[in-house]
Amino acid sequence: MKQRSTFLFSVLAFGLAFLYVPIFSMIFFSFNKSRLATVWGGFSTQWYGKLFSNSQVIDAAVLSIKIALLSATMATILGTMAGLALARFRQFRGRALMSGLVTAPLIMPEVITGISSLLLFIMMAEWLGWPGQRGFTTITIAHITFSMTYVTVIVQSRLAAMDMSIEEAAMDLGSKPWQVLRDVTLPIISPAVLSGWLLAFTISLDDVVITSFTTGPGYTTLPMLIWSKVKLGVTPDINALASVIVTVVAVGVAISAVILARADKRRERDIQMAIAANK
Amino acid sequence: MAESEPSPSQGDFIRIEGVTKNFGTFKAVDNVSLNIGKGELFALLGGSGCGKTTLLRMLAGFETPTAGRIFIDGQDMEGVPAYDRPVNMMFQSYALFPHMTVAANVGYGLKHEDMSPARRQDRVKEMLAMVQLSHLADRKPHQLSGGQRQRVALARSLAKLPKLLLLDEPLGALDKKLREHTQFEIANIQYKLGITFVVVTHDQEEAMTLASRIAVMDRGIIRQIGAPSDIYENPNSRFVADFIGSINMVEADVVRVDGETVEVSAGQLGAHVKVLAHGWSPGERASLAFRPEKVTISRKKPAGAVNVLKGKVQDFGYFGKDSLYRIKLPTGHVLSVNAVNAERVAAEKAVATWEDEVYLTVSPASAMLFRSEA
Repeated sequence: MKQRSTFLFSVLAFGLAFLYVPIFSMIFFSFNKSRLATVWGGFSTQWYGKLFSNSQVIDAAVLSIKIALLSATMATILGTMAGLALARFRQFRGRALMSGLVTAPLIMPEVITGISSLLLFIMMAEWLGWPGQRGFTTITIAHITFSMTYVTVIVQSRLAAMDMSIEEAAMDLGSKPWQVLRDVTLPIISPAVLSGWLLAFTISLDDVVITSFTTGPGYTTLPMLIWSKVKLGVTPDINALASVIVTVVAVGVAISAVILARADKRRERDIQMAIAANK
Repeated sequence: MAESEPSPSQGDFIRIEGVTKNFGTFKAVDNVSLNIGKGELFALLGGSGCGKTTLLRMLAGFETPTAGRIFIDGQDMEGVPAYDRPVNMMFQSYALFPHMTVAANVGYGLKHEDMSPARRQDRVKEMLAMVQLSHLADRKPHQLSGGQRQRVALARSLAKLPKLLLLDEPLGALDKKLREHTQFEIANIQYKLGITFVVVTHDQEEAMTLASRIAVMDRGIIRQIGAPSDIYENPNSRFVADFIGSINMVEADVVRVDGETVEVSAGQLGAHVKVLAHGWSPGERASLAFRPEKVTISRKKPAGAVNVLKGKVQDFGYFGKDSLYRIKLPTGHVLSVNAVNAERVAAEKAVATWEDEVYLTVSPASAMLFRSEA
């Protein structure tokens, strides 16, 4: 018995170490006084100070967040519409084709998506005169196209699990299809829509490949900035930047986990009360 | 239940004319014609896949007939979408809106009615009082028990006072005790409001107790329409006889016809049996049927009776008010027989017990003959 628990414990420890040692070593070295990223030279927070006074980093972060907010929102609207169409309109011409087309970007190599987006923008600029300059708009459009796929898949699977008679009941009670969507379908799938938005937001926020293809002069997002800096060698300020990102993400995850756990508990309690009240 | 109700006004409040529904090559509903009167509590009864739910969904407007027409209160329903029909439905899964309170669920359909907010609130209160849920108005559906949800669904579907209420397996998800209670409640509400109810069910007991008339469906067609007692006592076919209640059924040949009395020879019974029937001639094949409770069981040979069979008690089950016997005939065939335990005696002193020799009597009026079906 003891033998087995030791074994299990070491497996667990190894697994956790595999996942978290790189992150913790990065955070550790972000407090390094030395200029060399991997040689310890004493404790210091100077790199954090330098980071927040570096306007290049701040600008890149602001640009990334702007693009992520806009593209996630647009991707969520379009992706939800596509998900609704695929899940609810059982038979229409080209349904299988559309389903395939919508989900293809999930498995498409990013390089391909990047190149094809770039070519499209170049051709459009030639024939339509728009977009004249690649930058914010083109990056955002490219992000929308590939992140809406994720939203579509999430919304579609939520709708597939939803009891369709709930929508029929709303229609039966006199609601026209758009009223059913507003009053019943959207409120019920809202958690899926929200998680779709979050996923689209994170995907957009950390994308390097597609952004590199579709950006123009003067538009550098945070991941691109990190990537270009690392090419010149890992410096402690990169460690500091990455540590800030990790902290922000960890806090976000923790908060949403707490909220979810509370909602679950409340639900559980309500169900217990209902059962007890009925006895 | 059905007997105590006022006889519903027959008529053609709902007219279903030659309605067919195909799903691909599958005929779910096959040329069904049916009239339902105003204020009736009508049941569509059948096994799964018999087309009863499809027919209900066509009345609601969720499916369009491939052929045929449906009229509700004289209005042709062709091209009328579900949200414009004077019809509401109570769903099998209840389909309550999970993000709305009980009161909001019940009041949802009233949003589309032209009524003042105060009037609307009154109606919601009225409906909740009717199903005895006023104290739970602010709960969410997941905070309710199954029986409470069922009543919310009923209140919601009645809130708009539709001309026609459709109920899809209304008691399916309830336990036995709650079912018995609820089916009388539904019948009472129906009587109070005078709304026409059409119930879909696979449960014959539910159909028998609830409905004033029943349509027995099988593979897309209606096999028989009638009052519950009609369908039980005078089934028009082997299928209906077999589907409703339990029955002893054996193959037989018509031997002699003497006015209303038809004498058949049943090989499995090893005897000739006389049946009151008409429209038969000697030499025809038939199915002879009689219900277990129509058979008299006795230990002494009844004097002067016709259709007496001799057998041995192979098995019996004691149910309190009655017992079910399995009687093995000399031919090896086993018949089911019900006997009411009219006297208060110990089980072993009851009508008969294991290995007892008994005599079974079937009166010619209680036996039935059916033509074999393809």
